[in-house]
Amino acid sequence: MTHVTPQRLKEMRQEHAARISEPNIRHLFICGGTGCHATGSLKVKDALHEEIAKHGLKDSVRIVETGCNGFCALGPLMVVHPDNVFYQKMTRDDVAEIVSEHLVNNNPIERLMYKDPQSKKRVPLFSDIPFFALQKPWTLRNKGIINPESIEDYIGRDGYMGLSKVLREMQPSDIIDEMKVAGIRGRGGAGFPTGMKWSFAAQNDSDTKYVLCNADEGDPGAFMDRSILEADPHAVLEGMTIAARAINATEGYIYCRSEYPLAIKRVQIAIDQAREMGLLGENIMGTGFSFDIFIYQGAGAFVCGEETALMRSIEGKRGMPIPRPPFPAAQGLWKKPTVLNNVETLANVAQIMVNGGKWYSSVGTENSKGTKVFALSGDVNNIGLVEVPMGTSLRTIVYDIGGGIPKKRKLKAVQLGGPSGGCIPEEHMDVVVDYEEIAKVGAIMGSGGVIVMDDKTCMVDMARFFLEFIQEESCGKCTPCREGTRRQLEILERICEGHGKPEDISLIKELSEMITSSALCGLGQTASNPVLSVLRHFREEFEAHIFEKKCPAKRCPALVEFKVIDERCKKCGKCASVCPVGAVEWKKKEVAKINTELCVQCMSCYSACPFDAID
Amino acid sequence: MSCCSEEISQEMWKEVDSVIERHRDTPGALITVLREAQNVVGWFPQVLIEYIAKGMNIPASDVFGVVSFYSLFSLKPKGRNSIKVCTGTACYVKGAREVIGRISGEFGIAEGETTEDRRFDLEGVRCVGACGLAPAMVVDGDVHGDVTADSVLKILEKYS
Repeated sequence: MTHVTPQRLKEMRQEHAARISEPNIRHLFICGGTGCHATGSLKVKDALHEEIAKHGLKDSVRIVETGCNGFCALGPLMVVHPDNVFYQKMTRDDVAEIVSEHLVNNNPIERLMYKDPQSKKRVPLFSDIPFFALQKPWTLRNKGIINPESIEDYIGRDGYMGLSKVLREMQPSDIIDEMKVAGIRGRGGAGFPTGMKWSFAAQNDSDTKYVLCNADEGDPGAFMDRSILEADPHAVLEGMTIAARAINATEGYIYCRSEYPLAIKRVQIAIDQAREMGLLGENIMGTGFSFDIFIYQGAGAFVCGEETALMRSIEGKRGMPIPRPPFPAAQGLWKKPTVLNNVETLANVAQIMVNGGKWYSSVGTENSKGTKVFALSGDVNNIGLVEVPMGTSLRTIVYDIGGGIPKKRKLKAVQLGGPSGGCIPEEHMDVVVDYEEIAKVGAIMGSGGVIVMDDKTCMVDMARFFLEFIQEESCGKCTPCREGTRRQLEILERICEGHGKPEDISLIKELSEMITSSALCGLGQTASNPVLSVLRHFREEFEAHIFEKKCPAKRCPALVEFKVIDERCKKCGKCASVCPVGAVEWKKKEVAKINTELCVQCMSCYSACPFDAID
Repeated sequence: MSCCSEEISQEMWKEVDSVIERHRDTPGALITVLREAQNVVGWFPQVLIEYIAKGMNIPASDVFGVVSFYSLFSLKPKGRNSIKVCTGTACYVKGAREVIGRISGEFGIAEGETTEDRRFDLEGVRCVGACGLAPAMVVDGDVHGDVTADSVLKILEKYS
């Protein structure tokens, strides 16, 4: 094996820059993330290859399959460079036209361009689409413009420059100092300062130390770790290697969910490439420093995102947390000093080394520096990955970048931080992205799932949903979490089924206090957050369920009896056509009727009615 | 040992042997061994748990403890096609419950069950990380996005 030299890295970077800016050559960046694969981007890619060959354009057009572009709901999507044109929802049938009209005749195709949900106008240029224009891609700087399976592409974007600098010009303590100046805090949820975490592990002497990457991402509604691994796996490897140098570690593991096969495949390719070039393994870049990385596939347990549980899982045991101290920085995996960081945190490290900690800390708020990636989903027009500077308001994320709520509905709440987080109501939408500010309104930054909910969402049902999740995923080791959350869930189920009692609210609160103060790990300690935040901001919905036996959002089947509002009914019959049990009686030109005896409260008619005529 | 089970063929036993052989000396490899063994056999009959325990030199109770802890591992035989409906928050908000309800109703199986003819097994899984496609369903590894209680049966027709 020949080790790549810093000189060779620089040459490769220039070669790539020259390749990408060659005049008369077009690059088609087609998205190859999980979302776009599912909507057929591979078929479109194959068709593009065929059609381009047919037109004899092989020398002037290059197709690059990238990782997740971030605008997931519009896939398959493609950006044409250097024209800066963005195409969405392409099918095989569009390909011939794209090639003959756009690539040959220079006539971009309007109907495939992005349509603004408010103005209904097409936006021709990629850089004019608010979803992209208002973001600050630092962590996601390479998404959509490199082939994640090519180490050359990564090097072309300053890849491995951070590692090269660290190994030749910096002492381990300099690396840690730079991280402290950057002020970056862990992006896995709790927000612990990364530099400080590294310094603790560096202080402990041991022949073996570990750097672990938490890619378990079990939070429902979060997919930024997956996207980073799929779009830019080398950034994570480089970050881990720099961390290893800082604490003098010899081995690293990426603990990745087995539900993420594409991410696992691409990370493995990246590891092999980095080893091949001497950027990983023995004697990295000929400097005498050795560090290697292995993938460890999880087996489906949410609690394994907790650091001590994750380490037990790598040891081949049940993934159950253990009490701390000793902290992993002193006794972690196999009882050796260990640093565990989230994917997103690690993906920032190399850039901090290249540009300096000051550069990083120039963006953000006083106590939260840099940018944060959010996975925006739910009832919002523009679903996808969003990276914004700390200090951006939730309103900007949901309305300006997210394009607002579909079907002219009203925003009810934004759920932030997954099962450890909380719901933020409309009146607090001006809260800014900052660890402390978000905590003040009863949620947490968490790993960054932002789920937008419109007025059709029942908040009591959402609280029940999260408790059900926690109850299923509790490892069962400690009683408060195992039994306490079960009792809470039972109470909420009872309320949703219409058997709520007046004392239930105080009972839930009492249980919450007990569980929060006595559970063993973060999973139990935060398990009550979703319920408490709903109680804090949507108490009237709880009371409607308990005292009036009504579900204002009409989501709890036991509390809903559907009927047709005669004056609103336009006699279209859509409700009757979707009813699975034949409970809707409808004849042409007549108002529909719902037979409550047959109705199973499946919501089909309610969702299908375009005129809100079913109540 | 390599006999006496209807569920596991001679060839499967051979593959299980080679899985154990490959990982026997790696500390902490049990979960990897179990994952690969499940890929071969499909699930964990008792005899397989005991066999792996012996091969890895780990008490069978510990192996059972790990198998029963992680949701990836199954102690029951699986269907030919696995339906996994995502029940992550985004999918839930957008109607995953109704999708599961329709599948349950049509095939007479609840979550975690397998149809009598072993054509399907139905699972509600936690976030598959494809929230842009909510509600999402994964059938035998194919991701289907924007499924509805109405479209879901049509998709499943293709899987016999």
